[in-house]
Amino acid sequence: MSEQVKKHRAGTKMVPVPTNAIVPERDVDEIPVLETRHLGIEFGGLKAVDDFNLTIGKTEIAGLIGPNGAGKTTVFNLLTKVYEPTTGAVLINGKDLHGMSIVQASKLGIARTFQNIRLFDKMTVEENVRIGLHNQIKYDMFSGILRLPRYWKQEKRQHEKAMELLDIFGMQDLADEVSGSLPYGVQRRLEIVRALATDPKLLLLDEPAAGMNPHETEELMENIAKIRDRFQIAILLIEHDMSLVMGVCEGICVLNFGRVIAKGTADEIQANPVVIEAYLGKKKEAAK
Amino acid sequence: MFFLSNLVNGLSLGSIYAIIALGYTMVYGIAKMLNFAHGDVIMVGAYVSFCAFQYWGLPPVVSILAAMVFCTVLGVVIEGTAYRPLRQATSLAVLITAIGMSYLLQNLALLIFKSDPKNYPAQIIGMPGISLFGGQLKISGVTLVTILANVVIMVLLTLFINRTKLGKAMRCVSEDRGAAELMGISVNRTISLTFAIGSALAAIAGVLLCSAYPIFDPYTGSMPGIKAFTAAVFGGIGSIPGAMVGGLLLGIIEILSRAYISTQLADAIVFAVLIVVLLVKPTGLLGKQIREKV
Amino acid sequence: MRAKRKKLIYNAVTFGLVIAAFLICQYMISTGQMTRSLRNQLIPICCWIVMAVSLNLVVGISGELSLGHAGFMSVGAFTGIVVSGWLLNAFQMEDVTLRLVLAMAAGGLLAGVAGVLIGIPVLRLKGDYLAIVTLAFGEIIRNVMDCVYVSVEGQGLYFGFLNNKLPGTLLLNGPNGAVGVKKIATFTAGFILIIIALVVILNLINSRSGRAIMAIRDARIAAESVGINITKYRMMAFVTSAIMAGMAGALYGLNYSTLVASKFKFDQSINVLVFVVLGGIGNTLGAVIAATALTVLPEMLRDFGQYRMLVYAVLLIVIMLTTNNPTIRTFLDRLIAPVKRLFRKKNAAELLKQTGGDAQ
Repeated sequence: MSEQVKKHRAGTKMVPVPTNAIVPERDVDEIPVLETRHLGIEFGGLKAVDDFNLTIGKTEIAGLIGPNGAGKTTVFNLLTKVYEPTTGAVLINGKDLHGMSIVQASKLGIARTFQNIRLFDKMTVEENVRIGLHNQIKYDMFSGILRLPRYWKQEKRQHEKAMELLDIFGMQDLADEVSGSLPYGVQRRLEIVRALATDPKLLLLDEPAAGMNPHETEELMENIAKIRDRFQIAILLIEHDMSLVMGVCEGICVLNFGRVIAKGTADEIQANPVVIEAYLGKKKEAAK
Repeated sequence: MFFLSNLVNGLSLGSIYAIIALGYTMVYGIAKMLNFAHGDVIMVGAYVSFCAFQYWGLPPVVSILAAMVFCTVLGVVIEGTAYRPLRQATSLAVLITAIGMSYLLQNLALLIFKSDPKNYPAQIIGMPGISLFGGQLKISGVTLVTILANVVIMVLLTLFINRTKLGKAMRCVSEDRGAAELMGISVNRTISLTFAIGSALAAIAGVLLCSAYPIFDPYTGSMPGIKAFTAAVFGGIGSIPGAMVGGLLLGIIEILSRAYISTQLADAIVFAVLIVVLLVKPTGLLGKQIREKV
Repeated sequence: MRAKRKKLIYNAVTFGLVIAAFLICQYMISTGQMTRSLRNQLIPICCWIVMAVSLNLVVGISGELSLGHAGFMSVGAFTGIVVSGWLLNAFQMEDVTLRLVLAMAAGGLLAGVAGVLIGIPVLRLKGDYLAIVTLAFGEIIRNVMDCVYVSVEGQGLYFGFLNNKLPGTLLLNGPNGAVGVKKIATFTAGFILIIIALVVILNLINSRSGRAIMAIRDARIAAESVGINITKYRMMAFVTSAIMAGMAGALYGLNYSTLVASKFKFDQSINVLVFVVLGGIGNTLGAVIAATALTVLPEMLRDFGQYRMLVYAVLLIVIMLTTNNPTIRTFLDRLIAPVKRLFRKKNAAELLKQTGGDAQ
């Protein structure tokens, strides 16, 4: 073997890649919106998430399920850079998020809602959405203070865009209400609108149906489908309500003790004995 | 030798800061408030012991005890009347009330004792000094008593917090007020107890401070109070060993920078060190790191 | 557009009250109805209003407890005094107004620089730790100011640190502070400064940057997750506030013939904080009213003689206790409720019914 070839081979490091990734057929030719490779994080020796591999297609609605404490929200925090992973990588549209801040991740097109709602309580519904538009419709501080023409123009655009988004979810009449005083279900909806205002490629929903009644959950399912169809984006949701997950999610990933124990379609997951044992066993009846 | 004598002086001043800082840190740990009036309780302690000794002719030990009793009662009364009704209010509202209380104490003292500075009698702590190394290093009685008092207080307080039922109750309330209440611990009584202990310590600090720096007036407590508060933050607010470490370090830094760098800039150096420490360890030297839940 | 109209009314009332108060004061001065002691208070009142309004930007709008605001005022005051003295001595600039404007601009600028330098380390911290560090910085500024000597000779400005052997006339004399300052501050300048401060704050909070600042206050992680650069906007609030404090400081400094750094001790910072809290945190008009009332109050309490500050302290405590008492609060809310109802056309519950939401 020539020296050159030896050198060439020595410089190459072979790494395993996730092979069993699945995406909807319509997205197969596109760059997946999200790809994680061996993602993991430790908290004081405890592996909260370990070797997490997930691929989500450009317009996929995916579900992340698992028992309490399985590490689902931690995955969201890793994807949005609230935590820096100990191992592995997150790729958004093929771009590595390594070393990025929460803000940079947001600018790459990742948006989220929170398990315990985090609205800007003292501000109105419209203002909440306008804050979501922060990086979409801009003007600088001085235009704002001196009320330059740019201020009026961009404020008008912000208002129109905010109302357009609120309109989609039938919330335009609530625009002037203080967000903290709204009922729970409406607050959850507003969080989704605010996230959508950032013009994301991937929307992360953390237990969007928590605290909702069946009627509201039904409506939420319609809304999730509507968002995907209208904005052509991918959605990844954490949810305990199996009727919602099985009803709307195309691909489902099951997490237990920080590790992926199963991946597949709703039917596959429901039939998977490992999942049933770890998680669905008791809840299968309720889901049907 | 010059360095050693400065170090001893620093330890002495640091001990006073540590004793005051204990009051701040305990109240912060348990009631989650910055008690701005704490520094003025020191001043009250100094005046009470001064009056007891000078005007009423009581023996030194009784004068100090009188100051401790008076301040303990004062601390509990302040807590009960001004802070307890604000338990549910915002921390800023409590802070402003504490500031009002600080003004109140200062101005009461101003009315009673007038603004002219008084000379604190040296006989209250009438310990003779010692000299070491053939007279090269002289340590005054006050310095010795101060350092000793600090050690004794630390040991007793640590034992109290860790070994007694009341101490356990205090730790419970500090960790989770709601849960402590559910376990049958009276939160109000525990907070009162904390104020009582803190104020008694403030009285001791007042006696020691004015024995070491004998000129005092109604504003005497405010600057040491702020510095002791800084010391508490420096060590990690809410932590008792932290208050000790923070106080001692602050005192030493202050005296050494006075001696070697500049008398005028000593305060600035002390505060600058605090800032540097907080930048490296955002919750102080011995403070707990808290991760925000998302 | 109800929220917008409410803001418009609020802003109009704020500016209206300030302008009306200014006109009334001017009228009273011209007819000689104003007492001498109150007249002497006018410029300081303006300064304290600007201090309160600017601190409100940090404490109320940005949500950080700052205990070192007087430090920026002190930077502004001494800068203003030096610049004014320099312009007069070196360039024989007799135009008082121009000198005042330049001095205030310089005071604001330098305080702003101080704000940036202090903001970089301070804004890495949170909560009470941030508060204590701002307090520390306030004390450091005061301590350092005590060591600064500035003199003017010819057109040159000479600086000394812990060193008073400078040529020419001393403008700043270390711990003795500034002496022989030409008093050039005017009430009108104070009024204009208030208007500027109000325009800046009120326009800021109704703009993209202001909303970003408030978003960080209400939910930091959520603000970050929609792409708001936390450091940038916290810094923006902090520095803007410092600049205004510096301008107020310059005006304040040029209102007295002598000034020492200990005038800006931490209790001065705390006084300004009291204005902000009593005015209702985040409420600009409230800050203006509280600053005025609490600056005038000790003067009005002169009849109490030596009890004056005692009464002030008791009032402070009583106000805090009553405004935070749940029973009294509900009582007050019930009093205001009918007035509020007049302005409301539809209530939230009705609106929710229309949109199909479930009011819980």
